[in-house]
Amino acid sequence: MYMKSFALAGAAALMATTAFAGGHTADGCGIESGRISIVGNEFPAIQTVGGTAVSCGEAAGIEARSNLTADHQQINVDGMAGDPAEYTSAIIANSSIVALINEDVIRPLNDLVEAYGQGLQPNQLIRVGDDILAVAFMANAQHLVYRADVLDELGLEPPATYEAMLEAAEAIRAAGIMENPVGGAYAAGWNLAQEFNNMFLGYGGTHFVPGTAEPNVNSEAGINALNMMKALSEYMNPDFLTHDSNATSAEFRAGNVALMNMWGSRAAVLTDAEGTPQEVIDGFAIAGPMTVGGGTIPASTLWWDGWTVAKNISDEDAEATFKALVQGISPAILADDEVAKQAVWLIDGYEPTEAAVGVFAAAEMGTIPYPYLPFMGLMHTALGNELADFMAGRESAEQALADVEAAYTAAAREQGFLE
Amino acid sequence: MKHRTFFWFFLPTALAMLVFIAAPIVSVVTQSFFLPHEAVLIETENCGPFGCNTSITIDQEATAELWEEAPLGRFAGFDIYLDRGHLATAEIGQAWTTSESWSEFWSIVFNLPFYRALAFTLTYTFVCTPALIALGFAIAVAVNSLHRHLRGLMIFFSLLPMIVTPLVGSLILFWMIDARGVLGNFIQYLADDPDLSLKASTPLMWISLIVYGIWSSAPFAFVVFYAGLQTVPQDTLESSMIDGATRWQQIRYVTIPHLMPLVTFVALIQLMDNFRVFEPIIGFTAAAHATSLSWIIFNDLGGETRQLSAAATTSVLTILGVAILLSPVLIRTWRDFRGRPA
Repeated sequence: MYMKSFALAGAAALMATTAFAGGHTADGCGIESGRISIVGNEFPAIQTVGGTAVSCGEAAGIEARSNLTADHQQINVDGMAGDPAEYTSAIIANSSIVALINEDVIRPLNDLVEAYGQGLQPNQLIRVGDDILAVAFMANAQHLVYRADVLDELGLEPPATYEAMLEAAEAIRAAGIMENPVGGAYAAGWNLAQEFNNMFLGYGGTHFVPGTAEPNVNSEAGINALNMMKALSEYMNPDFLTHDSNATSAEFRAGNVALMNMWGSRAAVLTDAEGTPQEVIDGFAIAGPMTVGGGTIPASTLWWDGWTVAKNISDEDAEATFKALVQGISPAILADDEVAKQAVWLIDGYEPTEAAVGVFAAAEMGTIPYPYLPFMGLMHTALGNELADFMAGRESAEQALADVEAAYTAAAREQGFLE
Repeated sequence: MKHRTFFWFFLPTALAMLVFIAAPIVSVVTQSFFLPHEAVLIETENCGPFGCNTSITIDQEATAELWEEAPLGRFAGFDIYLDRGHLATAEIGQAWTTSESWSEFWSIVFNLPFYRALAFTLTYTFVCTPALIALGFAIAVAVNSLHRHLRGLMIFFSLLPMIVTPLVGSLILFWMIDARGVLGNFIQYLADDPDLSLKASTPLMWISLIVYGIWSSAPFAFVVFYAGLQTVPQDTLESSMIDGATRWQQIRYVTIPHLMPLVTFVALIQLMDNFRVFEPIIGFTAAAHATSLSWIIFNDLGGETRQLSAAATTSVLTILGVAILLSPVLIRTWRDFRGRPA
């Protein structure tokens, strides 16, 4: 019975999507020939963009498909390096575009934007030097997500700084409401490194000596950032080094966490999961990112998601892919309320929904965009590998940061970024 | 067999081995001696949804020219093998001269990624292998003494850990040992410590991984030994019984000597497998507490910038590690071969 109704719901949803997409794409979006093959991450907003673009191609009667997977980063460089490239487009974020730029597999879009991109906003165009290398369609940032009911009970305001977060956490624990009221995606690896990046930038740090690839994290800002993370972890589930953003979201849904720094793209749908207790759904609230150490710049980073077009494909394929993806992010998709809620769209005519306040606050407060330098990926990997020793209490902050710099330097020498 | 017949008989196997075993190894070894070219960096004005800034990017044309001239990259010799991410000779040399005690020296060594991974990899290999052989043997003897109607069912259940995909198996165990999971809660109750968490402590995480390793590989030993038990000569067993041997003495003096070649076989295979431990570290999200050589390779390739040369070097070191582990057996086989009358 469950199976059956599930299948029915699936079919209905599929029909709805097709109908909706068909409404805007039935004319084939002005595509005459070529090939469309998209690779990208897998979450609702990207499903919408990719799905709409593919239905454009299908309506035009050309080969069109998409491969949307969480492992997109493992395959997009290889899939675009061939000649002709397997994928004509990769949907990426400001961190993952670096690998595509470094390997020189994406095509400057200047001519296509001029010919077919009239509807695009100037701030959607990602320019590197004179080249337009990508078209952004949504923004993302990490910001505060909290339980308004718990804070109200204790007469607390939502924290605007990490120091206030610590005080609120202590008050919640002291009142016996929750044992570990702070949540954080502190899993060793990418997540832990990202939380460090947030805090480090919040303390005014810069990852590299300006204008060079020399590391610059073993500084006062780095030590302060680590000490703040350690202080926060005292209020987290003791298993925090194994909690990625999925596990942290689950902790929040289970009602074990009242305060956490979470991705805007996840916050919007955080309490939608089946089985979330009513008190969590009712108490759930979103606020802007927090500052730290008396700084004015939030301890967070700004992100965009966008699409690119492969270099090693014919002009015909590039044109078809470009036209289809422009349709995939056209203002028309926002007519569907569900789609409008999926992300903080950078599309003309987008009206922010309630779930978007966190990301908007992040942008207004001057949050620093995630640094997309050619060697930032190596720094992120080094941070993810070496900071767990400090968080687990095995070494000092200075030692951990010295290890990060040593690991980064070794990797950057190998990749040819440092002498 | 005539040489000519042997040649044609062996040719398909040799070709397959060349393509699937020799070629990848040659490729990995080559890669480990070469580095990507130095990136030609230029400053550009970058713009996006959040404004413009001056930033560094790679000069594609200049870099492409370098690759044109030398497609393999920069020749690095043994540089990658000796750098901090691998054998770290310079760092160890420095630790040797500056540290004042053995414990200080070792703490510096085990803070280096390669040696930290090697410490866990070797501990895992040398604890898991004997333990799973003993457990597999015990299960085999127990199942063999069951009534034949029960055996089929028991064999099926004993094999389950091996049937379950390693990643899935480790995820299941990972959730069970969670502080709120079935096993985690039970252990808290046993230890009378409500704050005890297996995932938060390095020694407990190591123990969990090793327990998983034994659990998942014991069925392999069990199957091999169970098959072996079917060939134990009944005459010898019966005569030992007539001589008044107890059940333990029968196992000790008849069964075990008969199964010794199988023990060597299982030990060999499991030494190799355990040295390449990988899935449980991912499944348990254990990287904060335990890393292995295979995990390093995965991590080098999984970042936003793929470090192919570093990963290739760790792969070669893993192959060398396996060769060293197996060398006692290989040397014995070679001696047997040499000692054989022509």
